[in-house]
Amino acid sequence: MQLNFLYHLGKYIKLMGQMFARPEKFSMYYKETMRQMVDIGVGSLIIVCLISVFIGAVAAVQFAYQLEQSFIPSYYIGYIVRDMTIIELAPTITCLVLAGKVGSNMAAEIGGMRQKEHIDAMEIMGVNTAGYLILPKIIAALLVIPLLVAISAFVSIIGGYLSSVPTGMLTSDDYILGLRSFFVPYNVFMMFVKAFVFAFILTSVSCYQGYYVTGGSIELGKASTQAVVYSDTLILLADYIITLMLT
Amino acid sequence: MIIAKNIKKSFGDTEVLKGISASFYPGKTNLIIGRSGAGKTVFLKLLVGLFAPTSGEVWYSDVNFTGLSKKKKKAIRTEMGMLFQGSALFDSLSVEENVRFPLDMFTNMTRKEKKMRVEECLERVELVGAGDKFPGEVSGGMQKRVGIARAIVLQPKYLFCDEPNSGLDPKTALTIDELIKSITVENNITTVINTHDMNSVMEIGDNIAFLHLGELAWVGNNSEVLTTENELLESFIFASPFLQRLRKAATTNLKK
Repeated sequence: MQLNFLYHLGKYIKLMGQMFARPEKFSMYYKETMRQMVDIGVGSLIIVCLISVFIGAVAAVQFAYQLEQSFIPSYYIGYIVRDMTIIELAPTITCLVLAGKVGSNMAAEIGGMRQKEHIDAMEIMGVNTAGYLILPKIIAALLVIPLLVAISAFVSIIGGYLSSVPTGMLTSDDYILGLRSFFVPYNVFMMFVKAFVFAFILTSVSCYQGYYVTGGSIELGKASTQAVVYSDTLILLADYIITLMLT
Repeated sequence: MIIAKNIKKSFGDTEVLKGISASFYPGKTNLIIGRSGAGKTVFLKLLVGLFAPTSGEVWYSDVNFTGLSKKKKKAIRTEMGMLFQGSALFDSLSVEENVRFPLDMFTNMTRKEKKMRVEECLERVELVGAGDKFPGEVSGGMQKRVGIARAIVLQPKYLFCDEPNSGLDPKTALTIDELIKSITVENNITTVINTHDMNSVMEIGDNIAFLHLGELAWVGNNSEVLTTENELLESFIFASPFLQRLRKAATTNLKK
């Protein structure tokens, strides 16, 4: 098992190395990066917003319930929702969801190209397939996913407001006061660090799974599932390490 | 010219190619034939560098391709074109974009020059007007022709075809064979075709290498096939009783 892990780790590092070779033509890589940015960004916006609004809503209701019998002032709900969203929920939940949506899609797309001999065809033409097929996806993810995470944090906070203020749990002024209290800009920095690292993990691991797929449709399905499972596991592990390092 | 020198290839404990030496000539359609599992596809993939041999060398003219660095291999690869068994056309690109892909990737031609070159290639494979269609919208035979157009768009010195006739009816298969043959002769390309289609063997087999269980069992051309005394080749080519009767009739006529 350890040998298997080392084998895959070595292969993964080698693939990442191949990816950074000089592009055959920058304009082609640029076009592909733009296409991926639209795919990842626009394609994931609705699901990210939907999940985020509920995360914020549930967090606010949950904390309102827990603070009900305590002496902690109610405006703390806004403060807790804000910080929990920025530090943890927005980057982690968004990237876990994106691993399922974008990651599995990337693994299936590249794996399908491998099986239909598209990758072989490009190799014979002289294209650096690791570079052309993977690098634009990673660059696009590194640019777009932090943006999605920022949107997710914003929408979560709105979700918290919508679930707590109209239902009378606390007043609008209290919620906004909470949002404006004890703000530490460093937390936003932490959110973006997490978003960058998670974006790299979910795209590179998914592309690796797709790039080396062998066999038929069952193996392609397995690669797609493994892309999500490994990405999610590594994201959670990285979350813990980053939190230890930055707090 | 491509020369394979004592090529061996193993996957784990299984030895797929057991020391094959063969030459493939420019301006000729060079065929690699053999039964399923004989090692044809592995041999072809070794020639183009998709697999590395366990031992042996592949030479392109006077360059040892096997010993080259990845960067130098890339330079030779831009002189190669390949038609895949399933055509390997990019589904999300139109026919025109598929053919233009190598030009976009490797040349600094203007948009107009690229368009002209693509039109030239589509005309050559008789697909004028199909440029806007997507691979899923055209027939298997047309897909093969698009594959050929894409393979020749950079004017390659070497053309490889993996089972170009698989899944095609005999008439369309013949058209594809004729197309490959004429392109080969016109441009003096070294064409290597991997096939087990007997029509191709008889129609365009200028130089045939017959593989059997990973070994080179026979070398010759299409007219020599008829009179061969190689039992392995004979049982492969004239597998059905009908073809055996046909061969008997043909050899009797030749003797007269």
